[in-house]
Amino acid sequence: MDWILLLEQCLNGLQLGILLFLLAAGLTLVFGIMDLVNLAHGSLYMMGAYFATTFAGWTGSFLLGALLALPAALLLGIVVEVVALRTLYSRDHLDQVLATFGLILFFNELARIVWGPAGLDLSLPAFLETSVELLPGVPYPTYRIAIIVTGLLVAGGMYALVNHTRIGMLIRAGASNRGMVSALGVNIRLLYTLVFGLGTVLAALAGLMAAPILTVQIGMGETILILAFVVIVIGGIGSIRGAFVAAILVGLIDTVGRAFLADFLRLFLTNQVAETAGPAMSSMLIYILMAAVLATRPRGLFPPRGH
Amino acid sequence: MFRQFMGVAAAAALLASPATAEKVKIGFVTTLTTGAGVIGRDMRDAVDLGLDHIGHKMAGLDVEVIYEDDGFKPEIGKQKTEKLVQKDKVNFVAGYIWSHVLLASHKTVVNADTFLISSNAGPSQLAGKLCNENFFSTSWQNDQTPMAMGEVLNQRGIKSLYVMSPNYAAGKNMVAGVERTYRGEIVAKDLTKFPDQLDFSAELAKVRAAKPDALFVFYPGKHGTQFFKQYQQSGLKGNVPLYSVFTVDSMNLPLLKDQAEGSLMTQFWAPDLDTPANKRFVSGYRDKYGRYPSFYAAQSYDTVFLIKSAVEAVNGDLGNRDGMRAAMRKANFESVRGPYKYGNNHFPIQNFYLRHVVKDADGNFTTKILSTVLEDHQDSYAKDCKMSW
Repeated sequence: MDWILLLEQCLNGLQLGILLFLLAAGLTLVFGIMDLVNLAHGSLYMMGAYFATTFAGWTGSFLLGALLALPAALLLGIVVEVVALRTLYSRDHLDQVLATFGLILFFNELARIVWGPAGLDLSLPAFLETSVELLPGVPYPTYRIAIIVTGLLVAGGMYALVNHTRIGMLIRAGASNRGMVSALGVNIRLLYTLVFGLGTVLAALAGLMAAPILTVQIGMGETILILAFVVIVIGGIGSIRGAFVAAILVGLIDTVGRAFLADFLRLFLTNQVAETAGPAMSSMLIYILMAAVLATRPRGLFPPRGH
Repeated sequence: MFRQFMGVAAAAALLASPATAEKVKIGFVTTLTTGAGVIGRDMRDAVDLGLDHIGHKMAGLDVEVIYEDDGFKPEIGKQKTEKLVQKDKVNFVAGYIWSHVLLASHKTVVNADTFLISSNAGPSQLAGKLCNENFFSTSWQNDQTPMAMGEVLNQRGIKSLYVMSPNYAAGKNMVAGVERTYRGEIVAKDLTKFPDQLDFSAELAKVRAAKPDALFVFYPGKHGTQFFKQYQQSGLKGNVPLYSVFTVDSMNLPLLKDQAEGSLMTQFWAPDLDTPANKRFVSGYRDKYGRYPSFYAAQSYDTVFLIKSAVEAVNGDLGNRDGMRAAMRKANFESVRGPYKYGNNHFPIQNFYLRHVVKDADGNFTTKILSTVLEDHQDSYAKDCKMSW
């Protein structure tokens, strides 16, 4: 076993986990506090990437583009909440799934009309386009390190916000017992709008950070949304801490499994079989993890208290 | 008076209808939505240009093309194919970017005794055991292009090779192709999940650890853009040279720009190929759409002319299927790649070239031919095909 390679793969897994956490944090808040299944969360991730690319094109700077995209995403989140989602809170989950699926189609078509079918490219500034040597002989892309650092900072900020501020207290209270929070005179509508806006900003941040690695394209949020749902189920719906732990876990298992499972299978299977079975099995690993968690702790690793 | 007029008009319409009813109907299945929709647009634009160039007529008959979107999914491609064959009753079904979509759809067409023309996908099954008298290709069999790349790698003295490809029908053919001709050592093969996996960081880290002489990849469409960006960011560029097939095309070149400059690939065609039909095609395409055509477009343009050669050989008698089949077997039309022949399995026997990415006089990125790698090359599955003529 090559330990340097393992370390590198762990970093790759961590970076995927961070992106998943940003997406899952918003999803778990909206699901846990507002009891809304939001399939369109991936579309907000996509819009974040499109916004950042557009603004970066206008200003000529990646960082400015990214900074402008966040308030734009907040605004978008608030508009979506007020216009489309507000009426859905009292409906059952199936209606919500249907309506937010409609939103996916709407945003995909909107992106096609505004930005065209070809997809966009968000280029990195030169200082992020390089790689740095973590250990002698182990270069690692600078930008992926930047993602990890940004994500950890945001996670720290979220921890402070949720555990040490008044808004955070309301959010936690909302996750535990919504009826009681509104009975105590808290403007629950405003809280919902705020939470949804926050979730949108986090999703947009994930989208714009993923954009330079991937291509900005229609439907880019749909594949990663499935992973984000897996994360919140494993972590416990409504729990930020659970989302963080589960996201890192899923990121690591997915990446390390992809990297080493075929080699591992080669120890007791023929080359041919290992080559075919490896990729197939590694894409199942996270679902196996989910099944195992659901079997032993049906409410996830860190369920919010009070339910 | 009015009634009389209507009666005359109705009679005239009845008289006129048999003359207008007979037209050549072509169903064209491609991907028009999802991220891959840009490939479908290129193919549709090329077919439209081909129709312009023939004045929308074949042997005096009007031509109608019905475009259908497969949504990048085999099951939807099959449904759309069934609709074209059973409801629209088209004379030809053409298109198909993806091997798995074509494999799901081909029986529907050939069993209904309708002609099926692949404008891109070339899965090994259809070249070998499943070859059919109603199926033709205007592209290539999947293995051929990577086989040419294997020869290039031999010529360049590459001793060890790392192979990456998506895990689906065409991806497996591409790997098989390069394995067939490459004589050095293949240190590892990574088959990635398709089309979901877009982040190749884990695989690229393994490439660096394996220290091969070169890296061979097949990542069509959007995946190519992503792969090139990540290859650059990983710091592998300059250390492990990249050889690709179907990964760089005219649609992702404007996004890749200098990231792809100098990049090497093999292909049966290039925009600078010097044939009369290709000049007409490339300049017409650039005038009409303002961009370079891709190889997908070139194959789609040829599809129009192959069908035209068949319809004209039977003087527009669309019921004469044997006559049309015999005509298509001759490949008697001006192809953008120059003259070619069909093998017994209805796949082209053709040249393959080594191309590299350069900037043209206006600063646009395009590809130019460096050398001819394989001449009059036939795919390796033709011997498994029972058909002979």
